[in-house]
Amino acid sequence: MWRALRGGMPARHRGLTLAGLLVVGALALAAALASTVVPGSPTEIARDLALRPPTWAQPFGMDDLGRSMLSRVVHAYRVSLGVALGSVGLALLAGVPLGLVAGYAEGALDQIIMRPLDVLMSFPAILLAIALMSVFGTGVVLVAVSLAVVYTPIVARVVRAAVLAVKVEVYVDGARALGAAVPRLVLRHILPNAATPILVQASVLMAIAILVEASLSFLGVGVRPPTPSLGLMLADGRGFMLQAPWMVIFPGLAIMAAVLGFNMVADGLRDWLDPHQAAGR
Amino acid sequence: MISYAARRVLLAVPLLLGMSVLIFGLMRLVPGDPAVAVLGYKATPEGIAALREAFHLDDPIPEQYLRWLGAAARGDLGHDFRQNEPIGRMILDRLPVTLELTGLAALCTALIGVPLGLLAGGRRGGGTDRAALAVGLIGVSIPDFWLGIMLILGLSLGAGLLPSGGWVPFAESPVENLVHLTLPALTLALSRAAVLGRLTRAAVLDTMHRGFVQYARAKGLGERAILFRHVLPNAAIPIVTVLGLQVGYMLGGAIVVEMIFTLPGLGRMTLDAVLERNYPVVQSAVLVIGAMFMLVNLATDVLYGAIDARMRRR
Repeated sequence: MWRALRGGMPARHRGLTLAGLLVVGALALAAALASTVVPGSPTEIARDLALRPPTWAQPFGMDDLGRSMLSRVVHAYRVSLGVALGSVGLALLAGVPLGLVAGYAEGALDQIIMRPLDVLMSFPAILLAIALMSVFGTGVVLVAVSLAVVYTPIVARVVRAAVLAVKVEVYVDGARALGAAVPRLVLRHILPNAATPILVQASVLMAIAILVEASLSFLGVGVRPPTPSLGLMLADGRGFMLQAPWMVIFPGLAIMAAVLGFNMVADGLRDWLDPHQAAGR
Repeated sequence: MISYAARRVLLAVPLLLGMSVLIFGLMRLVPGDPAVAVLGYKATPEGIAALREAFHLDDPIPEQYLRWLGAAARGDLGHDFRQNEPIGRMILDRLPVTLELTGLAALCTALIGVPLGLLAGGRRGGGTDRAALAVGLIGVSIPDFWLGIMLILGLSLGAGLLPSGGWVPFAESPVENLVHLTLPALTLALSRAAVLGRLTRAAVLDTMHRGFVQYARAKGLGERAILFRHVLPNAAIPIVTVLGLQVGYMLGGAIVVEMIFTLPGLGRMTLDAVLERNYPVVQSAVLVIGAMFMLVNLATDVLYGAIDARMRRR
């Protein structure tokens, strides 16, 4: 991917991908350095500052308990990005091997792996996530694990399709003729050439993870209250919508910024990968 | 065509069975005794035993599953733990709300997304195209529940144009019914319209390069006629497919939208049941929504085959 960004990619796609990476990188950096970059603690209650509108010192205003909205948003990014990284990471760990085996083996093994995954994909993602959360409870880790369960079949399907397309290429036959063992064939020759669609899918899934975490927390089946989460902040802010619209405006914009960043990365990569599908999804 | 449709339908049966096993198994993984969860910690041992007996909680799990499945196949989804209401009745009462919401949202999606895509794709690379692409990218990234809150803030609390929630049955007052559904349907539709717009643009651009379009242009046909008579019918296949998939996703999105706009639909019932730990209702509601999602996808598949003869052979 870095090689592609430096050389092979046309400027127009590189611009979009780089801009997306810049947005995501800046947000991740802010979240990582949260306590040093924001004005004040995200949990410190100051009743006399409750519902104070945005000022230069507190550009996002104060919430109903007088907590700094900016501090809370930046700290909430830790949850958003953590859930996105964790869920996509876990889904890749489970989905890539499953997809590789299913795509390379085909036949009965393919059926045994893919049919149960089809069942998981027969539910709308958010419904499956809600059902899983209702059984296993709430919390940051469980949100990430539930999302990973929802994502694994999607990753496996993309990997399987990529493997099916790559494994008939001449260089794979060549490596096989030279006597490469199956694991080497799959890991050295097939997987690297199937990497780009997997990367595109991973950035799309990151964007969706941020949306779903926020939705689940907003609905009360995601992250638990003391942890700052953008979805929880929106749920809290609904009650003060008229007196303090900043309580609902900024958490939403924050969600959008992160999702937009990942979507830009995905779009740039996809356009470069497949000019036919440019910007169509 | 018939055999293609029949094959798709037959494939759906094992999928549906798999879904029912998954949901049933999941609900049996709930930690703790459901009888205690319902009756509370002051429950007497006799009370718990009676409830376990009434809901067959002491039978072997496979037997419980088969009993549930058999009854569900006859349309009997059992009773809920709390009010002892028949769950089938509860679902039927709330289904029309969700169906109307999803239907209206699908209509809005098509009416906004397709023209947006045509506008962009008709003049590739121009200012309109770039603006439409940017709108599409932002639209895809807006969380729909936040959009709903913003619409309430601006159009209903701010400008006082539309109600911020509530439900009036169509039979009672068709006008009020539509007025109450306008904001929820728009909330559900806007981000999906952005996706559809992006896809329509791609499909139009793809078709524009085909030989028959160049032939039509060589014949001296105007750009407008080319777009509507030759390009759009051919671009319709991916557009219809994606719209169908989106109707499916809307069933998931409806959960959040019904909650924000206090609509008494299936999604809100499911969420309430999850929050109240009313597992028999969760179990049935998730299965019904999942089955609807699958049916919509199935219908899309079959429709796809009907429009494009090339697909049937796969």
